[in-house]
Amino acid sequence: MDIAELQAYGYFALTATLVVVLYGYIYHLYSKKKDADGHDYEDYSNMALKDDITDTPVSAVSDDKEK
Amino acid sequence: MENRPLEYDYTVAKMFMFTTIVLGIVGMLIGVILAFQLAFPSVNTILGEGLAEYTNFSRLRPLHTDAVIFGFTLSGIFATWYYVGQRVLKVSMAESGLLMFLGKLHFWLYLIVVAAVVVTLFMGITTSKEYAEFEWPIDIAVVVVWVLWGMGLFGLIGIRREKSLYISIWYYIATFLGIAMLYLFNNMEIPTYFASGGIGSWWHSVSMYAGTNDALVQWWYGHNAVAFGFTVPIVAMIYYFLPKESGQAIYSYKLSLLSFWGLMFVYLWAGGHHLLYSTVPDWMQTMGSIFSVILILPSWGSAINMLLTMKGEWQQVAASPLIKFMILASTFYMFSTLEGPIQAIKSVNAIAHFTDWIVGHVHDGVLGWVGFMIMASLFHMAPRVFKREIYSKSLMATQFWIQTLGVVLYFTSMWIAGITQGMMWRAHDEFGNLAYSFIDTVTVLHPYYTIRGVGGLLYLVGFLMFAYNIYKTMSARPVEESELQNASPMGA
Repeated sequence: MDIAELQAYGYFALTATLVVVLYGYIYHLYSKKKDADGHDYEDYSNMALKDDITDTPVSAVSDDKEK
Repeated sequence: MENRPLEYDYTVAKMFMFTTIVLGIVGMLIGVILAFQLAFPSVNTILGEGLAEYTNFSRLRPLHTDAVIFGFTLSGIFATWYYVGQRVLKVSMAESGLLMFLGKLHFWLYLIVVAAVVVTLFMGITTSKEYAEFEWPIDIAVVVVWVLWGMGLFGLIGIRREKSLYISIWYYIATFLGIAMLYLFNNMEIPTYFASGGIGSWWHSVSMYAGTNDALVQWWYGHNAVAFGFTVPIVAMIYYFLPKESGQAIYSYKLSLLSFWGLMFVYLWAGGHHLLYSTVPDWMQTMGSIFSVILILPSWGSAINMLLTMKGEWQQVAASPLIKFMILASTFYMFSTLEGPIQAIKSVNAIAHFTDWIVGHVHDGVLGWVGFMIMASLFHMAPRVFKREIYSKSLMATQFWIQTLGVVLYFTSMWIAGITQGMMWRAHDEFGNLAYSFIDTVTVLHPYYTIRGVGGLLYLVGFLMFAYNIYKTMSARPVEESELQNASPMGA
């Protein structure tokens, strides 16, 4: 087995791994629906819609500090 | 000191809006000149034989590509970053003297690099690597400019009030990291003067890679310049500006996350399709083709997500020329991300490679997707940064139709030209003798080259209308804060 063949197998293994990871991520997103902080992913759209400097953040950094 | 309420500070965003417009005009004007040079070769010496050195196609071509990529597009990316970044992170640049200083330094150094690039390329100083023509001293300056942007970007993220990073921020970060990696690796070069102990010009260099390796690194870079310059940051823009302008939440935030990672995983491996039927290993060519086809999924994931964001609100597309620009941009994104994979299939590539169809593909992407989205972003930003309504809605609508016609003329003429070229090059008689010589194809293509020139000219005219509209916006009717919630205020 020469280096080119090794590279090709490596490339295939990497591709397969990435496919598994990506499908795992899809499953994770749609089954959990919420992130680790308990926010529904869809709420994050409000970061763009309510983006005045006086608007309340969707999840504020200061909330973390208070905990 | 006066105790004023905190506001977003758009000083740096405004500076980059200015270069977006100026460099856009320069880059597109040169593009139109080039198009007419191809149709009418006498345009090469339009300023006389004495200046032919500076006006011929080969001297101007890198100026066109670099002006639109690193001038117009990159300025648009920076302008929108300095606008969107603050807003979705809910932090003002005015809150940090350091970030403001870095932002301004970023702009002025960028401008100096642009000047250096224009001068050196006009002088014919080039590394001859496509989209990476700058010689080593400029490359070092580019790295400094990039690092400054990165410091500003991560600095702003560091002082944010919003804990989560909005999807656009992910895309801006990917732009920063992607281009940093690509630029460094592709521009590895050896200054010949220093390596040889004083032979030749001090600024001259040769690539550290040779032959096939050089081609591989070059197209890994070249294709990913499309990825991280023309796709990723433009997706960042549409994910912010379309929901904001329409007042609609993104159709599926989860899909946006998924498409992001899909794009990141897949795009980097697709560049091999530029080297089909060349001396790179066959498996690599095949993988380049396969990854290009898979790329449809994340690309369409983002594009469909954008179109569905307008669900139930399609009347806005008819009512607002600004929404029209964004929806057409998204549609062109779908269209060119389907066209690209088709061209990357080996059997199609056998006809498409080296023909004008490739040029057509690039331009339906950059004119329809990148150009429209950057102009739409600036249109949305203008009332907010100048606190005045957009000068003219009808001018914007006229511009939209003129440019759409321009793009359609451009890509249809190049499709016909490209496929004609490809078929003529491979035609042969029963003994294997080629049926046509090269000049036969040139003769046949002349009308299509003329149509392409006209299409490009229409787009440039539209861009000048855009520039005028933005310029007049600075003196239009002032607007109240309440008018700036979603749909941008526009004068007649």
